[in-house]
Amino acid sequence: MRWLKTYVEKCINCGKCMETCSKTYFKEENPALSRVVVTNPGAGQNISVCNQCGACMAVCPTEALYRDKNGVVQLDKSKCTSCLMCVGFCPTGNMLYAASKQTEPFKCVACGLCARACPTQALVLVND
Amino acid sequence: MEKMKVLAEWTYTPAPIDKGYTRKTLYVHVGEPRMEIKDVSQDMIDTFTGGRGFDLKLLWAAVKDTTKWNDPENEIVLSGGPLCGITQYPGAGKCYAAFISPLSGQTYDSNSGGYWGPLSKFSGFDAVEIQGKAEKDIILFINGDEGKIQILESNLQDLNAYAVTEALHEYFAVDEADKRNISVVSAGKAAETSYYGCMNMSFYDPRRKVARLKQAGRGGGGSIMRDKKIAALVVKFSKMGGNLNNVVDLDTLQKVGVKLHKEIHDLDDVQCKMRKVGTAHLNEIMDEYHLLPTHNYKFGQNPAEISKIHSAVYERLFTQGMPDGCWYGCSMSCAKAVDGFTVQTGPCKGEKVTVDGPEYETVASLGSNIGVYDPLWTIEANFYADHYGLDTISLGTSLAFVCECYELGLINKEQTNGLDLKFGNKDDIMELIHRMAAGTDEFASIVAKGIRYMKKAFAEKYTADAKTMEAIGMEGQGVETSEYVPKESIAQWGGYYLTLKGPQHDEAWLIFMDMVNKQLPTFEDKAEALHYFPNFRTWFSLVGLCKLPWNDVEPANNRIVNEPKEAAKVPEHVQNYVDIFNAVTGKNIRKEDIITMSEKVYNFQRVFQVRMKQGDASHNIPLRALGPVFPDEWDARKDYYDGKLKEIGIDPAALSTEEKIKKLQEYRLGMWEGLKMAVYKRRGWNKKGIPTVETLKRLGIDYPEVVAVVEKYSKPEDMFE
Repeated sequence: MRWLKTYVEKCINCGKCMETCSKTYFKEENPALSRVVVTNPGAGQNISVCNQCGACMAVCPTEALYRDKNGVVQLDKSKCTSCLMCVGFCPTGNMLYAASKQTEPFKCVACGLCARACPTQALVLVND
Repeated sequence: MEKMKVLAEWTYTPAPIDKGYTRKTLYVHVGEPRMEIKDVSQDMIDTFTGGRGFDLKLLWAAVKDTTKWNDPENEIVLSGGPLCGITQYPGAGKCYAAFISPLSGQTYDSNSGGYWGPLSKFSGFDAVEIQGKAEKDIILFINGDEGKIQILESNLQDLNAYAVTEALHEYFAVDEADKRNISVVSAGKAAETSYYGCMNMSFYDPRRKVARLKQAGRGGGGSIMRDKKIAALVVKFSKMGGNLNNVVDLDTLQKVGVKLHKEIHDLDDVQCKMRKVGTAHLNEIMDEYHLLPTHNYKFGQNPAEISKIHSAVYERLFTQGMPDGCWYGCSMSCAKAVDGFTVQTGPCKGEKVTVDGPEYETVASLGSNIGVYDPLWTIEANFYADHYGLDTISLGTSLAFVCECYELGLINKEQTNGLDLKFGNKDDIMELIHRMAAGTDEFASIVAKGIRYMKKAFAEKYTADAKTMEAIGMEGQGVETSEYVPKESIAQWGGYYLTLKGPQHDEAWLIFMDMVNKQLPTFEDKAEALHYFPNFRTWFSLVGLCKLPWNDVEPANNRIVNEPKEAAKVPEHVQNYVDIFNAVTGKNIRKEDIITMSEKVYNFQRVFQVRMKQGDASHNIPLRALGPVFPDEWDARKDYYDGKLKEIGIDPAALSTEEKIKKLQEYRLGMWEGLKMAVYKRRGWNKKGIPTVETLKRLGIDYPEVVAVVEKYSKPEDMFE
C-alpha cells in the first residue's frame, strides 16, 4: 500500500507541503485547501494526513470511494453525490471539503509531491 | 420483459431548480389521458412551503366536498419539498403523499424514503398530481433525462411490489449502474381489496444489487393506486450531482451536515443504535415501560417473551456494516435489511430474498400485538405485507383486533373460514394475510378493510357485540392506532387521537415527557406540547425531511446545557434546520417561523377535514386507549390501577374489578374531554375543533373558499369565551 508517512519531530512548520498540495490540486496557495494539514497550536506540532485506512469506503452509499491498484483510496467523482458522510466518518479527520471549490470532498491520494517539497523529510511516501 | 405499449406520450422541458424549487408541478389524468404542467405561484410557496403543503393545496382544488376515496377525481399527490434531494444533511430524501383516504374519508398524508421524491424534483417537478382511473393496468413513467412523460400498458405478470420493482428497475435501466437512477412506486395485490394498501417507494442498493422498498404505508394510498389501475409510477433521472437544488449557501449546508455526520459517528452507538438496529432499538425499552402493544393493546409488557424480540436479536438478523440510508447522505442509516432470508410460506416459498425491515412499528404490530414472539415469522410477515402492498401498522392492529374478537367469541372459526385466530397462532394468521392478497375469501376481505369497517361488518354479519368492539377496536378517525400503548399518558391521548388524520406517531410522542419525566402537569402544559410538537413535526413534511435525525441522535451536551423540557426539543438541531433551510432557499427564517409555517398547513388541513366530513370531523378515542377494559387487564397491574383510583379519591377496596374499571373510565373520559377543549383552544379552534376565522386570518390562509367552509359549519355557541 502506498501512503504518506509522517515524522512530526522533523517538521519545521515551513508550510511548503501545504503550499505544494493546494497549488497542485486547486491552483492556489491556500493552506485551507491542502490535503496534508500541519498545525502548530502552542508547542504541539502536528501533521495530519490520510493513512489510507479505507473507513470512508464503507460508508459511501455509491461506492464512489475505492482502493486503486497501489492501495490508495481514491474518489470517483462521477459516482460521488457530495453527501460528505465520508468526512464525518473519517477516523482521522482527513477527508476534506471546500464549497468554494467543488461540491465533492477531497483527500490525500499519496502523490508524494508534498514529500518532495519537504526540506526536512518530515513527509515520506512509502510503499509497504 | 417485452417492450410495453405506449398508450400516451408527452414531451416537456424540465424546469431548472432554483433554491430548492422547480416552480412547476405535473398533473396527469390517467383516464382521459391528459397531461398538464402547472406553475407554482409565489403565494403557494409562501403559504404552503412545499411537500405535504403543496399536496394539500393541489388536492383541495381537485376534489369536491363529496368526493369519496374511489371517485375518479380523488388524487394521489406526491411532493418532496424545497430541501428534498439535498445530499449534505441526513434524512433529506423524503416524499410526502396526500389523498382522500379509504379508511377515514378525509385527507391523509403519508411519507416515504426512497428516491422518488428527489428524482421527480430533479426531473422538473415540485409535485406530481395523479387523477382519474385507467381502464387497464398502466405504468406512468417520468423520464427526467429526456423530458418525456409516458403512460404505458403494463405487461407485468406479477403485480406484487418486489416483483414490480425489480422488473421495472431492470426494464428502464440501460445497465447495472443505471439502476440507481430509477425509483418505482408500487402497491400489490392485497391493496386491491384492502383499505390500508401501502405505497412502496424504491431505491437501488448497489452493494446488495437489489431494489429496496420504503413505504408511504399509512392511510391507504396503495389502495387508491390500484383503484386507479396504476401498477407503478416510475421516475428516471441520471444526471445526479451534489448541488442539483442550486442552493444559495453550499458552504453552510456542508458545515451543518458534516457536524451532524460527526455527531452520528460519535454518539449513535451509545444513544439509539440506529445504524445497527434502526428503530427496533425500542423493543425492550417500550416493554419495560408498559408501552409495547401486547394482545391488542391489552397489556404493555410481556416479561416472559420479550427476550425473544430484544433488539440484540434483530441486530444479529440485520446485515451489519452497510450504508443503509434511504437517500444519499443519510448517515443515520436506519433502513436495515435482512439478507438471504428464505421465505417459508405463500407464493414466494423457498425463494431467498432481501427483506426491508422490520422497523419497531412492525416488530410490535406483526409481533407482540398479535402475540407472536418469533422474529423470523415477523420478518416473513413484513416481507409479504410490503410485497402485497399492505401497511404493516394497520394490518397488525387490525389482526390484533381480530384475534381478540376471536378469543372473546365474537367471531368463530366458521366465520373465519376455518382459521383459528387466537393470539400467537401464527400459521393461521399468516394464512389470513395470504388470503387478503388472493382476494377471494370474504372474511379476509373484511379484515383487509380495517377496524372501523370490521366493527360494522362483524356486528351486521356475525351479530358480534358492537359495544365490546367499540371499546377494544383501536382506531381513531377510521385509522388504526400505531404501536404505542397510550393508556397511561393523557398527553399521548391527544398525541394520537387529537391529530389531523388519526392515531399515527408522526405528530407527537409525549409519553416520556408526560408520564416518566412529569414535565406536563396541567392541561395547559399538555395543550402547549400538543400545539408545539405536531406543528414542529409538520415542518419536516413541508420541506422534505425525515424526522429521525432530529431526535434519534442528540448532541452530547443536549441534556446538560438545556433544561429537561427544552432538551426534548433538541434546540441545537432545531437551529440546524433553520440554518439549512436558509442555506437552501436564501430566506431568513428564525426558529419561531418553523411553527408558523407549519400552522398554516396544519390549519388548512384541519379545515380540509371539516370540509370532507361536512362539518363533523370529530375526534374519537376507544376506551382501550384510555385504560383497562377487562378485569384481567386491570389485574395485570392491579396495584398500579388501584393506586390510580386512590389518586382521584376513590377507595378501591370496596369495589369489584368491573366497578373499578367503570370508575376509572368515567374519570378518564372526563379528562379526555378536558384535554380536548384545552387543545382546541390552544390551536385557535372552536369547541367542535373547527379553526376560527381569526385563526385563518392570523395565518394568512383566509382564502374565500377556506373561510366559506369554516363559516358554513361554525356556530356562535361553539366559540370559546
